[in-house]
Amino acid sequence: MIMEDMINLKINGMPVRVHKGTKILEAARLLHIDIPHLCYHPDQRIKARCRICSVEVVGKKRLLAACATECWEGMEVFTDTKVVRDTQRGILQLIMADHEENCLTCPRNGNCVLQQLCSRFNILRPNLTHVAEHLTVRTGNPSLVHDPEKCVKCGRCIRVCKDVQGIEAIGFAGRSTGLKVTTPYEDDFAKTDCVLCGQCTVVCPVGALVERDDTDKVLDAIFDPAKKVIVQTAPSVRVALGDAFGLPDGSIVTKKMVAALRMIGFDKVFDTNYGADLTITEEACELIDRLKNNRKMPMTTSCCPAWVNFVEKHYPGEIEHLSSTKSPMSIFSAVLKTQYARQEKIAPENIFSVAVMPCIAKKYEARRPELGKNGNFDTDAVITTRGLIKLIKYIGIDFVNLQEDEFDDPMGESTGAGAIFGTTGGVMEAALRTAYEWLTGREMPTLEYTPVRGFEGIKEAQVKIDKYNLKIAVVHTLKNAALVMNKLQVGQCDYDFIEIMACPGGCVGGGGQPVTTTFAATKKRMSALYEIDRSSKLRRSHENPYLKKLYAEFLVSPGSDKAHQLLHTCYQARTKEFDF
Amino acid sequence: MENIKYITENFGKYDISSIDSYMSIGGFEALRKAVAMDGDAVAAVLSEAKIKGRGGAEYPMGRKWSQARVVKRPHHCVVCNADEGETCTFKDRELIKNDPFNLIEAIIIAGWTVNAEDAYIYLRAEYACLRPRIINAIQQAEEHDFLGKNILGTGWSYNIHLYSGAGAYVCGEGTALIRSIEGKAGRPRMKPPFMKQSGLFARPTCINNVESLSIVPHLLRNALPYMQAGTKESVGTKLISVGGNVNKPGVYEIPFGISIRDIIYDLAGGVQEGRNIRLIQFGGASGKISDDRILDIPYSYESFAANNLIIGSGSVLVIDERTSVIDFLRYTQDFFLHESCGQCTPCREGNRHIRIFLEKIKNGIHTDEDIRTMKTFATVMPMSSLCGLGETAQNALKSAFTIFPEVFTVKKSAGGI
Ligand SMILES: Cc1cc2nc3c(=O)[nH]c(=O)nc-3n(C[C@H](O)[C@H](O)[C@H](O)COP(=O)(O)O)c2cc1C
Ligand code: SF4
Ligand code: SF4
Ligand code: SF4
Ligand code: SF4
Ligand code: FES
Repeated sequence: MIMEDMINLKINGMPVRVHKGTKILEAARLLHIDIPHLCYHPDQRIKARCRICSVEVVGKKRLLAACATECWEGMEVFTDTKVVRDTQRGILQLIMADHEENCLTCPRNGNCVLQQLCSRFNILRPNLTHVAEHLTVRTGNPSLVHDPEKCVKCGRCIRVCKDVQGIEAIGFAGRSTGLKVTTPYEDDFAKTDCVLCGQCTVVCPVGALVERDDTDKVLDAIFDPAKKVIVQTAPSVRVALGDAFGLPDGSIVTKKMVAALRMIGFDKVFDTNYGADLTITEEACELIDRLKNNRKMPMTTSCCPAWVNFVEKHYPGEIEHLSSTKSPMSIFSAVLKTQYARQEKIAPENIFSVAVMPCIAKKYEARRPELGKNGNFDTDAVITTRGLIKLIKYIGIDFVNLQEDEFDDPMGESTGAGAIFGTTGGVMEAALRTAYEWLTGREMPTLEYTPVRGFEGIKEAQVKIDKYNLKIAVVHTLKNAALVMNKLQVGQCDYDFIEIMACPGGCVGGGGQPVTTTFAATKKRMSALYEIDRSSKLRRSHENPYLKKLYAEFLVSPGSDKAHQLLHTCYQARTKEFDF
Repeated sequence: MENIKYITENFGKYDISSIDSYMSIGGFEALRKAVAMDGDAVAAVLSEAKIKGRGGAEYPMGRKWSQARVVKRPHHCVVCNADEGETCTFKDRELIKNDPFNLIEAIIIAGWTVNAEDAYIYLRAEYACLRPRIINAIQQAEEHDFLGKNILGTGWSYNIHLYSGAGAYVCGEGTALIRSIEGKAGRPRMKPPFMKQSGLFARPTCINNVESLSIVPHLLRNALPYMQAGTKESVGTKLISVGGNVNKPGVYEIPFGISIRDIIYDLAGGVQEGRNIRLIQFGGASGKISDDRILDIPYSYESFAANNLIIGSGSVLVIDERTSVIDFLRYTQDFFLHESCGQCTPCREGNRHIRIFLEKIKNGIHTDEDIRTMKTFATVMPMSSLCGLGETAQNALKSAFTIFPEVFTVKKSAGGI
């Protein structure tokens, strides 16, 4: 570390040394002071618009925004003077005067940044006229709910939608007190460029952008004696759930999660990883088929529903690149309501299939007509990691001290390859393990294929398998996906196989994950998934014993006609509109 | 009072549609002088004349130019701020209307000084009628090789582009203005990055007001009369826009240092029908107010600073006794409530609550607590707003607290209820 790169300053009289470029807000954290903030988000560009982080800097006439101001040598900051308190508290009072304060019935009750700030500043009674207007809630889609009355105009959602996803489905409109966050022509998200990725619901500090809550639907089914309620949990939920119960980021809580799900009342607790194994097996088979028969290349993954929405809406001409294999969730539900139902002698309509997903686009996926029969959907309800947290809290479970429990047989069985599905690069790595073996008849020399690991937006590699020299790419966030798709559109993309996930880091950073999710937490969750893989007995999807049994007894072989009927799907070019 | 014509020297002296006519009275001589000088020398002339920006922020112009020219990044540009959105301010309009070629010459000199490749004029939307004469002046300057490639054989190339404003007051703020030209919504952004580093299209940008620029050719041609006018700290002359309840509203060129009384009672012909003055606001809606106690102070930066006033855009708005202080403040507040861009909390929300308090006061239903809260927010807003609009929106109110404390007092009801 070069000495010139360090800066000395004082905050509330306490000296602190920071790197050049550090903002006051970050420097204060080193002294364990949390300067109040609303628009600031560690993974986003500085917006400096809420102004609640205003602090006093000696020698400056006005207060400075701590989130936006770089420290300088000899700077003296005060975060606790009267004028700072009056200002920060005043800004909070201004926000509250324009806020529909119905915390008791708000989806963010208990984990709302605004609520926390009001408690911190001891706002006891309003001193300003209440000026909030009644505004209509947007609910015209299965995934997202937008309640503009609760919006604090921080702009975090706009930044993530634009800077991370490159979509720009939401933006600011109007001026002065008429400023609002809205969609083009004020339409529902379904009619805009939005792909329902849900990233905006993760960063929103309040209850303005939230997922559609389906937990009641799940409880109703549990209370219905005629229903067998069966739950599957996505790989990335088990490494994110612990965050909400005070465990360190990236804690692996698989077995506690299973125990909690049983206590909530699910009849069977299964693992989406099983579905992931199936997806990988079919997808590897599809890749080999495309390679051998010179069909449409490159092939891209299709397990991420926001990515599929993105292709359908934004690149409708490129639909044929999408693998026809169903996503792990949908492939799981399809098997559940056919082979499993038959085997257990349950009428499929009496099975209520619940998926716990890190994702809100899955709520839309579950409503795709092609993923069900005669108006009955294979997946009956999707709840997010956040939804599961709510259910755990409702039952009153002391999660951290739970007795550990195991998934049920047979669809609780899975491999390490299924687990890494939850991170960017994981699907690719898992598919390569299987494809390698099938093409060469040998095991892959090293199972861990590191070139596709890590947080970089677009990773490329070449793998030699048999006579094929495969050019592969792993992409996360839709902004990066667009870069690849733009090349593909003009024929300048010579990849053979591309893995694409819409959310930063893949599902571990998904739009249904806890609102505390940051890139830093996401990276810890990625490592946790690789750890699960490393410690698994089986690490290649096609080795999953129940999967082998399924093919032997029911589906014949991967890629068979029967497998195609049950495990594959189709896509549809869309104008901007989703039809439900 | 003696009439001084320095910045307005060319008014009426030439045919504003003809560059030849402009050149016949010495037009473009200043440019020829400038290109024979080093840019630093040009900036030094401005520094010596102590010119402060005439758009409102009063930033020393010579310093701005010498800082701009040394920025290492390529593709510098110049912006002429002709948005003139401040209330009771219409001097830039007169400058463009009566002397468009002088402005074009000034913008070329600015480009030469700061090593720019392009200039952009951001013209207030309501001034659409001035567009043809600006376009004509640019075209003729191009035809005479004062614009385009290899200007005056220097090897330097430069072009001027004209943009129409978006019709919002806030677009006169530098960062909102450049975003507006870029085709984005005209909302200010935080600084840094500063304009001189990264402004329009992320290029190093030097932005000046029409009047600030218009002084430059005159100064290069013949500085002496300017240097001899004014006071020690406020050198030279200034265009002021006088309006409100005066007999002769209009734009006047004055030497710094004459009294406010001279401005109102001599130049502007006094208050209509001899009424008394209720208040005077200087520098537009964002300016401060006073009553007639300041009539005999000199109009200069130093005397204004001593009297808690600001020159700002150079407007003088005279309000006579028929309008109450509270009504005036309500109208001013309406202006900001309409013009705030709304992106930062203190300004977006603060304006409407101040407006609500003023309404209460007008209706006589305010409490001591209301006044305390209003005073807090009149400080919170300027302390924490993102841009100059929120910073200055309560200037009038805050000066009213000191000048007219009586209008805020709570009337104790006789019944004692
Ligand atoms: C809200 C707001 C509105 C402004 N409007 C104008 C304007 O209409 N014209 C102008 O020249 N400057 C305006 N300014 C000042 C400009 O930001 C900038 O300081 C000026 O153009 C710089 O030129 P100068 O140094 O020559 O004055 C405004 C500032 C603010 C904060
Ligand atoms: S957004 Fe927060 S403050 Fe607002 S109602 Fe919901 S919980 Fe309460
Ligand atoms: S769900 Fe995704 S695409 Fe839709 S508005 Fe939110 S961030 Fe943008
Ligand atoms: S919807 Fe949420 S994230 Fe978006 S601006 Fe409003 S409060 Fe912020
Ligand atoms: S101070 Fe007002 S005009 Fe300026 S950025 Fe904030 S809201 Fe917009
Ligand atoms: S957190 Fe700093 S301005 Fe919003």
